[in-house]
Amino acid sequence: MNALATTRRILTQLRHDPRTVVLLIAVPSVLMVLLRYVLNSEQRFSAVAPALLGIFPFTIMFLLTSVTTLRERTTGTLERLMTLPIGKLDLILGYALAFGVLATLQVVVAAGISLTWLGLDIAGSVWVLLLVVVLDALLGTALGLFVSAFARTEFQAIQFLPVFVLPQFLLCGLFVPRGEMGWVLGAVSDVLPLSYAVDALTQVTRSAEVDGTLVRNIGIIAGCVVLALLLGAATLRRRTP
Amino acid sequence: MAEPAIVVDGLRVRRGGEEVLRDIGCTVRRGTVTGLLGPNGCGKSTLMRSIVGVQLVESGRVDVLGRPAGHPELRRRIGYATQDPAIYADLTVTEALRYFAAVLGTTPSDVDRVITQTGLTKSARVLVGRLSGGQRGRANLAVALLGTPELLVLDEPTVGSDPELRDELWQLFHGLAAAGVTLLISSHVMDEAARCDDLLLLHRGRVLARGTPEDLRARTGAPDLEQAFLRLIRDRTEAAR
Repeated sequence: MNALATTRRILTQLRHDPRTVVLLIAVPSVLMVLLRYVLNSEQRFSAVAPALLGIFPFTIMFLLTSVTTLRERTTGTLERLMTLPIGKLDLILGYALAFGVLATLQVVVAAGISLTWLGLDIAGSVWVLLLVVVLDALLGTALGLFVSAFARTEFQAIQFLPVFVLPQFLLCGLFVPRGEMGWVLGAVSDVLPLSYAVDALTQVTRSAEVDGTLVRNIGIIAGCVVLALLLGAATLRRRTP
Repeated sequence: MAEPAIVVDGLRVRRGGEEVLRDIGCTVRRGTVTGLLGPNGCGKSTLMRSIVGVQLVESGRVDVLGRPAGHPELRRRIGYATQDPAIYADLTVTEALRYFAAVLGTTPSDVDRVITQTGLTKSARVLVGRLSGGQRGRANLAVALLGTPELLVLDEPTVGSDPELRDELWQLFHGLAAAGVTLLISSHVMDEAARCDDLLLLHRGRVLARGTPEDLRARTGAPDLEQAFLRLIRDRTEAAR
């Protein structure tokens, strides 16, 4: 299948770039360690760590994918692929799979370190935590794929991080609970996918119960991943000016 | 006489508000090497992109191998190489070719075949980014040869190659044509024009002249093709005054 060929190709490219792989896997974990010692209390760490465990991979994968896809556009390989019998969705899925594998690796390491060494204590299931965090990283990947279509240069692509990611970061409920925001900000927060991720992570931290709200929130994140991937495929054009 | 491999009629293309191709009409015979010549910026690459089906065109007809350009079925039947190598710099030659072969659905032995054909056997395990300019051009050509296409559209395939290598490449092109492949090759080097079966001279987005090299020399009474083209361009410029 075409998608798997693309996945293998991207993973092979990364194999030739070990420094990127090391950074990719180590950075979120290092940030978690930093967070733990900045807060200097297991209790306070446990309160915010799950949300950040979702946000760090989201941000990193967003940046990584948007730059990688942009490079595919600027070096002409995307145009070459568009002359070949490859489906647009196949290409996008190939990307999502490759970065999904990396994201999973990244998240498992960061969560593992947080839960064992850093004393992260959650009431809910570790597996649900991992599921939500992996979905977050996939969401970053899918959004990165989509927005890279609107960047012409690497500088623009990097600027999309503050445009698309930081507002979500501010409005996701990490700094101020979503319920306490004014109605305008609340409404904006309601349409940003990261808000549901943080809601879900907060719930996993506080309770062992898997209720309808949690399932709905996970469903919304998964839906946003699929939507962003479909939009990403729709931005690919066989004919260009 | 078999139906031509390419028929272009009344083709107009605008890029960035400027008319790049103005009412182009031409045909390319099957099983020949047709040279597309003209000064830089005359529209050679845009015409090639239109034939491959990646160029947004304003009006006109482009039929390739009996189908409208850009038809999905053509994606397996045309090999296209852009002037700037469009090939992953962070993969080895073999790895990059394997990926494109997988997209085309050809066998791994096809990868070995095109590596031999382009004389890249010794660099097969070298990263594309570490190749010399000429070698990278050949790797780019090798991708176009995958899957034994019926039509090869090659934009300046010999740029950066030394005379000996250029000679080898032209032998390859004629060998392919003898086997029934149609080749459309752009160049701005006039001594290459003499090696083509047919020539198509573009100037400022229009077809200035077409015919065999002997035709063009005889028509202009010039000793060589370089002089012949200069005379044709001068006549056209004077007629326009």
